[in-house]
Amino acid sequence: MTSALNPKYSFDTFVVGSANRLAVTAGHTVAESPGAAYNPLFVYSGSGLGKTHLLMAIGHAAKKVAPLLNIEYLTLDEYVEAFHASLAAGQGDMFRRRFQNVDVLLVDDVQFLTNRKEMQSELLRLTEALQVAGHQIVLTSDRPPPEIADLDERLISRLSGGLVVDIGLPDYETRVAILRRKAEERGARFAPGVLETVAQAEAGNVRELMGALNRLVAFQAVNDTSINAETARQILGLASAAPAPGDGGAKAAAAGGGRGAGDEFGDFLADVTVTVGKAVEAWRARVGEAVLRWEGEGYRTQRLEALLEKDAPASVDKAIVAFTKDVERLKELEAEVAELDPQAAGQSVFRDPERMSEAEEAAAKVRDGAAPPPGPSAAFPLDAYAVGPSNQVAVSAARAVLEKPGKKYNPLVLVGKSGLGKTHLLNAIGLELARGRRAVVACLSTQAFIDELISAIDGNRVDWWRARYRRATALLLDDIHLIAGKERTQEELFNLFNLLQDKERQLVFTAPAPPNTLRGLEERIVTRLEGGLVAELKEPDREVKRAVLERLLSQQNVTSEPALVDYLADRPADSVRALVGVVQRVVAAAAAQDGPLNAGLAREVLEGQTSRDARRSSGFRTSGLVVSSLGGIKSREKMVWEWADVSDRVIEEFR
Amino acid sequence: MSLVNFTTREITCKIVYYGPGRSGKTTNLHYIYGRVPDSRRGRMVSLATQTDRTLFFDFLPIDLGQISGFSTRFQLYTVPGQVYYNATRRLVLQGADGVVFVADSQARQLDENLESLQNLQSNLLEHGVDVRTIPLVLQYNKQDLPRELILSPADLDDALNFRGVPSFSADALHGQGVFETLKAISELVLKKLAAGTAA
Repeated sequence: MTSALNPKYSFDTFVVGSANRLAVTAGHTVAESPGAAYNPLFVYSGSGLGKTHLLMAIGHAAKKVAPLLNIEYLTLDEYVEAFHASLAAGQGDMFRRRFQNVDVLLVDDVQFLTNRKEMQSELLRLTEALQVAGHQIVLTSDRPPPEIADLDERLISRLSGGLVVDIGLPDYETRVAILRRKAEERGARFAPGVLETVAQAEAGNVRELMGALNRLVAFQAVNDTSINAETARQILGLASAAPAPGDGGAKAAAAGGGRGAGDEFGDFLADVTVTVGKAVEAWRARVGEAVLRWEGEGYRTQRLEALLEKDAPASVDKAIVAFTKDVERLKELEAEVAELDPQAAGQSVFRDPERMSEAEEAAAKVRDGAAPPPGPSAAFPLDAYAVGPSNQVAVSAARAVLEKPGKKYNPLVLVGKSGLGKTHLLNAIGLELARGRRAVVACLSTQAFIDELISAIDGNRVDWWRARYRRATALLLDDIHLIAGKERTQEELFNLFNLLQDKERQLVFTAPAPPNTLRGLEERIVTRLEGGLVAELKEPDREVKRAVLERLLSQQNVTSEPALVDYLADRPADSVRALVGVVQRVVAAAAAQDGPLNAGLAREVLEGQTSRDARRSSGFRTSGLVVSSLGGIKSREKMVWEWADVSDRVIEEFR
Repeated sequence: MSLVNFTTREITCKIVYYGPGRSGKTTNLHYIYGRVPDSRRGRMVSLATQTDRTLFFDFLPIDLGQISGFSTRFQLYTVPGQVYYNATRRLVLQGADGVVFVADSQARQLDENLESLQNLQSNLLEHGVDVRTIPLVLQYNKQDLPRELILSPADLDDALNFRGVPSFSADALHGQGVFETLKAISELVLKKLAAGTAA
């Protein structure tokens, strides 16, 4: 049942090198004193490196030391076969007894224990029994015990419990030694360098080395000539080294030339094919790279993916460039839309280059829908603003602001009583600022600002509302005191204020009194307003009054005679608006009488020559505007000062 | 100019064999010519003097057929090695995708090798090509000569290959190293072309 030990496989024929020295030493020890030193001895190595040889050598050596020893060598398959046979014969116990009486048990190829549960437990039992009895067991495998698939844990620890040793690939010197010994065994003689050449070849194991040697032996026997190293190379199909000097080299070269003509070209062609293949396929890598990049940034990449499915699309790079361009355009659109309406920017259409036209449309829609914030009224040009000592400070501050918007006085707060021209100056600043390129000037009354916010909250468009103001290059709010008590507006204004100020965008406010005296404003707003320049507008002085009167009269197509202007300017007036009322009255009176407007008429009208008029006027006097049967303003509602819109008011005043 | 042309689906490589006179450039081409099947090669154009010196240049077109859907062509040129034909050399070098520098391994030819290498560098520069960027391999030819007459590949590497490009020892007369050299330069050129189209 078991194999006999092959007499050729002894320690004498075993070439020892650094790769197998440990295993051989352990083998010798085991053979000399079985069961005493390493029990079990487990040897593993790749195929063809001498496991079987070593195993048999141990058997021979042990036999030599103690001829009476019962030595059993078998492969695992034989062991399994014997076991099955004895079971079939109903002699399982006999089988066990037989192996328990073996003094040195040598088992080859135990890696085949994989998936053989009953054999594993049988071997475990046997190993234990042999160890207890002090009998030697030596096993070989192509891998260490823990790496044998499906091996019982107990068996692993049992097999690893003795000595586990491996046999490596023989080094060059060992290979030469092996070849020399084998050549000697075969009675073959080779020219110097031939065996060395064979040894230089990368052999995976000793068996391959033997195969190579056998071919050379056969070649030499058939041709009856001694071969040299180069010829050996040719025979073995090894790559030629640099030609050796002298004859050998020339011969080798000739041999090289002698190869089939197609060979070298074929090799070359194969080589080029591989390289070209790689080069041509490089486009895939580039497309893949682009897909990864844009997908990572959240863009859809179907177009590029479609390219990958083709075999060899033309102009791949152009396609990638075009795709990149589209994505860049989408980014632009998205950024633009985000400024106008952050909610709209989230649309998926801005992430899909296949829907460029839709994206353009969506952006256009947002662009159309995004009305710029209300701008300054054109009715208040700066050059129509009368300047005098009373408002000199405010006007020069305004001019400084126009010179360096956002840099010098930011914010600028214009303070003064009603009717002194704060609104005019505010709008005038706005108009001048709006002249700048790409300027977006938000200029409106605080009340309108509040109303817009309320309707934005109502329409769930606060983001849109915010974005609208955030892109303003200047924010001018009239009557800032109206935010008193409006917490949400103050919150929004606070944020907007900070944002615009950070970007050095001009802020201008008007208030009836210095900010720190205003009630209902949060401290953080007050301190910010105070942080810029607070410029006060005082009651108009004579100079201002003259300028205003002249302008008003000329607007009424009245030739202003100096006496009239002097008279009117000398009259007390606490605001510019009062002057407007005065002019209205005299102009209306003149129109009613269909006579010329002069100082006399004005005195007559204003100082109450007619008792009826005087009584009337005193009864309805509000701010100098008088409802008169002589013409002019007839609607009493128009006397309310909080008119809806600045420009409307101006039209009324000029009527 | 050669390129990987994705539109016409063509790959054309121009490879120039450069080196001092009598270093074996034409021999390289002759050997290759002899190994390429008839159907694959064009007529080898060789303008030689009566003493077999290259007068103008040699030209060997090789058609490698369809590779990965690309019709692939190699054009192999040699330059006249003799010093006084520099204008021709410069002309042939124009549009080259790769250069094989064929050095004469004989010890007494070392100076000629160095001179030719410098000449290659300056001629490339005339075409606005940096010798450091063009695919280049060295071939140490005539390694079959008696050892005492020649320098070893290691010595030649020390003397000529200061850029560390691939180098091959060869015996062009018998074909030793000829295709190895051609393979190496082809690979470098094709890789460069692929990288070029990627940019």
